[in-house]
Amino acid sequence: MRKLFIKELTKANKKKNIYLIINDLGFNVIEPFKDKFPDRIFNAGVSEQNMMGMAAGIASEKCNVFVYSIANFSTFRCAEQIRNDIDYHNLPVTIVSVGSGLGYGNLGYTHHALQDYALMRCFSNMIIMSPGNNNELVSIINYIRKNPQPSYLRLDKNDQIDKKFKKIKVEPGKIIKLVNGNSKKIILTTGNVQNLALKIRNKKFKNHSVYSMPIWGMKYKIKFRNLIKKFDEIITVEDHLHDGGFGSWIKECLVNTNIKTKIKSKFIKDSVINKVGSSDYLLNKYGPK
Amino acid sequence: MNKNIRNIRSNILNLSFKAKSSHIGSCLSIVEILVALYFNVLKKNDRFILSKGHAALALYCTLYEKKFISLKNLNSFGSNKTTLMNHVSHKVKGVEFSTGSLGHGLPISVGKALKFKTNKERNRVFVVISDGEINEGTTWESLMFASHHKLENLTIIIDYNKIQSMDFVDKVISIEPLKSKLLSFGCNVHEVNGHNIKSLKKILKKKNKNKPKVIIAHTTKGKGISFMENNNLWHYKNPNKNELDVGLKEINNRYA
Repeated sequence: MRKLFIKELTKANKKKNIYLIINDLGFNVIEPFKDKFPDRIFNAGVSEQNMMGMAAGIASEKCNVFVYSIANFSTFRCAEQIRNDIDYHNLPVTIVSVGSGLGYGNLGYTHHALQDYALMRCFSNMIIMSPGNNNELVSIINYIRKNPQPSYLRLDKNDQIDKKFKKIKVEPGKIIKLVNGNSKKIILTTGNVQNLALKIRNKKFKNHSVYSMPIWGMKYKIKFRNLIKKFDEIITVEDHLHDGGFGSWIKECLVNTNIKTKIKSKFIKDSVINKVGSSDYLLNKYGPK
Repeated sequence: MNKNIRNIRSNILNLSFKAKSSHIGSCLSIVEILVALYFNVLKKNDRFILSKGHAALALYCTLYEKKFISLKNLNSFGSNKTTLMNHVSHKVKGVEFSTGSLGHGLPISVGKALKFKTNKERNRVFVVISDGEINEGTTWESLMFASHHKLENLTIIIDYNKIQSMDFVDKVISIEPLKSKLLSFGCNVHEVNGHNIKSLKKILKKKNKNKPKVIIAHTTKGKGISFMENNNLWHYKNPNKNELDVGLKEINNRYA
């Protein structure tokens, strides 16, 4: 998804009001943007806090800023800059994190993004954008270009090639059907585990429909309630811990309501992962089943 | 100019008393810096960030002197429902950016300066940081970036009042030799008496090339009121009625 993201961003930067800030990362990925807009890309070096504050500073001067890094660096390391500088001021900075979930499996626990939703979704203005396929990613970039705001874009490390490009439209709180089935019982997934969600369906819930939800966040909880109540059962699937994750978000949407929809959640095992392995291996061992 | 300085210091004292707020010493040390900037240096398109956000009251009193905010608004400081909180808020007219946690204002300023430079805009960025902020890693991250990118449109003023929250800076974590540290990070460095308007003006207006400008402003915490000067009790305490009266009298005499 990384290369597709850069390709789409390069295409979108017609008015040159986009800045791309990188964290000394992105070798063999960011070059197309750099070649086309050499004065709109800056390497902040290995300094996440300055990078995030600087991004807010640029954004405060009527520019849209994309900060590109690996998920663990661009979240917890500079959490206060995200809170005070970006979210508090409601500035159009998109934090682009590569290596969602266990994407950097064999780099070890320091590089796993298992708590990033928990952090990013507790900011009032921040939206989570977690595409599950290339179609969703293209639509997300289109959405954020038209609606610049504090946002967290969580990308899969791998550059998967979809067989066929299909134009879709994503919006906050909107769900997108992936597989037809029971209209009242659904599997709902966000981010890079669509294939896993489909596997779970085929193995255990053959009649359920499967939906994806690429954009969500604190400010859409009330809107989403109305959608949830249409279903009898929702099974959430994500590559994140349960605590502070997508499934928890759905459950929080229902707090203090009389909505009877049954929510079940599938997530990454809630413990520190000390073993190394490929992302597929780790996902198979510790991921949703 | 004395009139502005007198009014700002008196208002800081009066409002700290009324709102029972802390950080008087930190506010009093930057009054001349703010007056020099707002009354002599800042132009329409320039940006000013107060990174030591706990000195918000000094900024609000200066904005009142410059007629950005009304007396009614200023007098709401620290009360219920107001946006004039104890740390700088961008919800107050004339304030560029909210701060409060140290080490944030400089990265923000670097971002703004970078944007202006990239777009060949002539806007300048001024930021006041505290000596305590020198402890923050972001200060040095930002300095490295700013000097690497030759952000000559950026002026950093260090309010070197020598006292941080708990004790004298020298006793907490010494930041000396400050000037040579800043020089080695690639900045144009100047030292000035931070309470001398004439010197401040001269250094602030001095042409700057190829590097960010850093001004080490030697100041006195609690400046203007004898019993508050150089005493970190006034990082926390607010004045009682007697201290208010004595303080106001001293300010009126000193800045007549």
